[in-house]
Amino acid sequence: MQVNDNKDFEPVIVAFCCNWCSYAGADLSGTNRLNYPTNVKIIRVPCSCRVNPMFILRAFQRGADGVIICGCHPGDCHYTSGNYFARRRMTLLFSMLDFLGIERDRTRVEWVSAAEGAKFAATMNEFTEAVKKLGPNRRLEDLRCKKQ
Amino acid sequence: MLKISLEKLDDLFALAAQKQTLYIPADRKDGGAEFTKWENGIKLSNALNTVRSAKDFFFPQTENLVDFKMEGKNIEVIDIREESEDFVIFGVRACDAESFKILDSVYLSDPVDSYYKNRRDHATVVTMACNRPSETCFCSAFGIDATAPDGDAACYSDGKNLFIEAFTDKGKAFVDSVTSLLEEGDTAELEAVQAKTKEILSQLPLANLSTDSFGGDKLNELFNSEKWSELSESCLACGTCTFVCPTCQCYDIKDFNTGHGIKRFRCWDSCMYSDFTKMAHGNPRLTQVERFRQRFMHKLVYYPANNNGKFGCVGCGRCLSKCPISMNIVKVMKALEVK
Amino acid sequence: MQKAIIEKAKQMLADGSVNRVIGWKKGEFAYDVTPAVFETAEEIDRDFVYDVFTSSNVSKYLVKETKKEGKVLVFLKPCDTYSFNQLVKEHRINRDNVYVVGIECWGKADIEKIKASGISGIKSITNNEGTLTIDTIYGTETIPAYEVMAERCLNCKSKKHVDYDELIGEDGEVIETERFDMVAQLEAMTAEERYNFWREQLSKCIRCNACRNVCPACTCEKCVFDNDDSGIANKAAADSFEEKMFHIIRAFHVAGRCTDCGECSRVCPQNIPLHLLNRKFIKDINELYGEYQAGADTESRAPLNDYTFDDCEASVVHERGVE
Repeated sequence: MQVNDNKDFEPVIVAFCCNWCSYAGADLSGTNRLNYPTNVKIIRVPCSCRVNPMFILRAFQRGADGVIICGCHPGDCHYTSGNYFARRRMTLLFSMLDFLGIERDRTRVEWVSAAEGAKFAATMNEFTEAVKKLGPNRRLEDLRCKKQ
Repeated sequence: MLKISLEKLDDLFALAAQKQTLYIPADRKDGGAEFTKWENGIKLSNALNTVRSAKDFFFPQTENLVDFKMEGKNIEVIDIREESEDFVIFGVRACDAESFKILDSVYLSDPVDSYYKNRRDHATVVTMACNRPSETCFCSAFGIDATAPDGDAACYSDGKNLFIEAFTDKGKAFVDSVTSLLEEGDTAELEAVQAKTKEILSQLPLANLSTDSFGGDKLNELFNSEKWSELSESCLACGTCTFVCPTCQCYDIKDFNTGHGIKRFRCWDSCMYSDFTKMAHGNPRLTQVERFRQRFMHKLVYYPANNNGKFGCVGCGRCLSKCPISMNIVKVMKALEVK
Repeated sequence: MQKAIIEKAKQMLADGSVNRVIGWKKGEFAYDVTPAVFETAEEIDRDFVYDVFTSSNVSKYLVKETKKEGKVLVFLKPCDTYSFNQLVKEHRINRDNVYVVGIECWGKADIEKIKASGISGIKSITNNEGTLTIDTIYGTETIPAYEVMAERCLNCKSKKHVDYDELIGEDGEVIETERFDMVAQLEAMTAEERYNFWREQLSKCIRCNACRNVCPACTCEKCVFDNDDSGIANKAAADSFEEKMFHIIRAFHVAGRCTDCGECSRVCPQNIPLHLLNRKFIKDINELYGEYQAGADTESRAPLNDYTFDDCEASVVHERGVE
């Protein structure tokens, strides 16, 4: 694994959060005055299974250094089974990205319920730190989208 | 004629590369040759031809045309053109050298394509005569002599020596740049080798392919032929034939939104695609039959109609070996031929 | 074999049980065979061929052909029957409008391999019990057929026909293969090595879309990559990102549906080993969710349309293979 020496590097993290659990979890962490890094940009989706693999790739294309998908805990999906499907899809997609040599720490799935504000903040802190260590996304970047 | 021993070819490349960037056909690790920037250790391929054609040098698959930068309500247009550096393409075959003339007739006629012209002006094309043509070759049908290629300078091999001859000022400059390695040579053996190659060319399975049934004046009968639907029946509508073709010249211009500006680029297009020449009402060629027909009509009828009877195909045979379903211009010509 | 197939085709056309036959048509040379629809006995006598070069998988043509009037006869090799079955499962083929004759296959030759061995100027190729005699302008060469066999045939997964109305020749068995070896080798590399491997391979891509258009699993009416409104409809890989994007998404779209027929790698003009991407998904599915062969049946749920409560978490990727 390459380790980034640039201490000033601030990664861009895209977090896809399901409307019913994780987005509410993010809200809760806010009302509880818990800190999580401003690097995290949340995109609200109706369900974790709404996340098309293309969303993830395009997030990387457009400047993300890490992408995290958050949904309801297995068994708690608002739509009964969405997150079970998402789990299989993301497992296979991440495995494929790993197969192509993209750093595996740039992607993550985490189940965060509406009551887990603290977990949301902790997860985001931890994930941002992990991506920071990896340094900027180079292997899945689109040079045209870089600002000169 | 000036010559150099084939064993000393690497020295010739090294010397030429000192002056300007040099590209030669080299074998890829996993098979297939491609034009590669010469550096120490890169060897000239023995392959008859490269997988992709040499048109890439002048008409690359994608190229940025102009950038737009937006700030508030202002749009700044940024001209990103830069003067190309001088470069040499070595080892271009007769068919590809001929294809440049076809591209020139499109891109250098008024209005001149400045992007294309820029690269064309800075390139020296050094061709290489064929000694071992393949069954897929049919350049002779279009009046091309594979043993006497065109270009700024041409090379001929007799198996031991490489003979070199310059035709233009750029070609002379190239020969001058390596002249310290060259010596005056006897061409008797070369002539024997070329006579033998000519003999082989006449024996090729497609040596007698006739173009008599085609040309600008055959528009109606060919366009309305009933055979198109059968010929195109199994066409997959992929763009392989158009993308490996040295003379296919269609492109599309697209805008890419970078999030902080627009990059306008052009890229190869293929008449096989569903969105080729798409307009407000859609694609004027509704089914694959018309799209398929377009490619061959262009090469065999429309192009000659506008270019004094010159055909838009050079017989390199790339589409013959690369089409996934082996449907190609030769099969089309034989099917449509009036006997 | 060819004789029996031609007889069958002519007989079914003659008695009116079918009005079209899908098969392979002779080319200019010994190897450039084209898939074709035959409508008359004369055409079949003149052009129909079944030999060591009739490698194309014709099952995808049935999507179009079974929508037409009348019944069509098709000859399918064992691996083609998997693609066929998968298309039937996805309701892309109207099974009632097709009569399937399964035909025995002992592997197909790869003309690229023959040419890569330096053979050129091919005049004719004859197959004599596994030995190819290649007559060229530059002399005659003989090669054992297995030396130039296509990669997918060397790793043939099954000689069994999973669906047919009638057989010509013997039906075989599912075969234990080493087809995942190359995937495993890549998995054992470091991330950087894998990245470099794929960067080199995918940068050759010319976006001709041959892999997509030949793929029996790619039968969308409008592909996302052709849809101007999708935001990713680019005709060329204008950036190294787009090469990866196209191939990752394409492989993902056929994950769990790809039967590993190998057409993508066969047609690639740049010889990119695209089948490795599909096999990676198949291998992962087998390891994580249980053995699954797409096209083997028409009832089972596809792995990506299914789940269990105890599926592994995505973090399993961190626990497997090499970083």
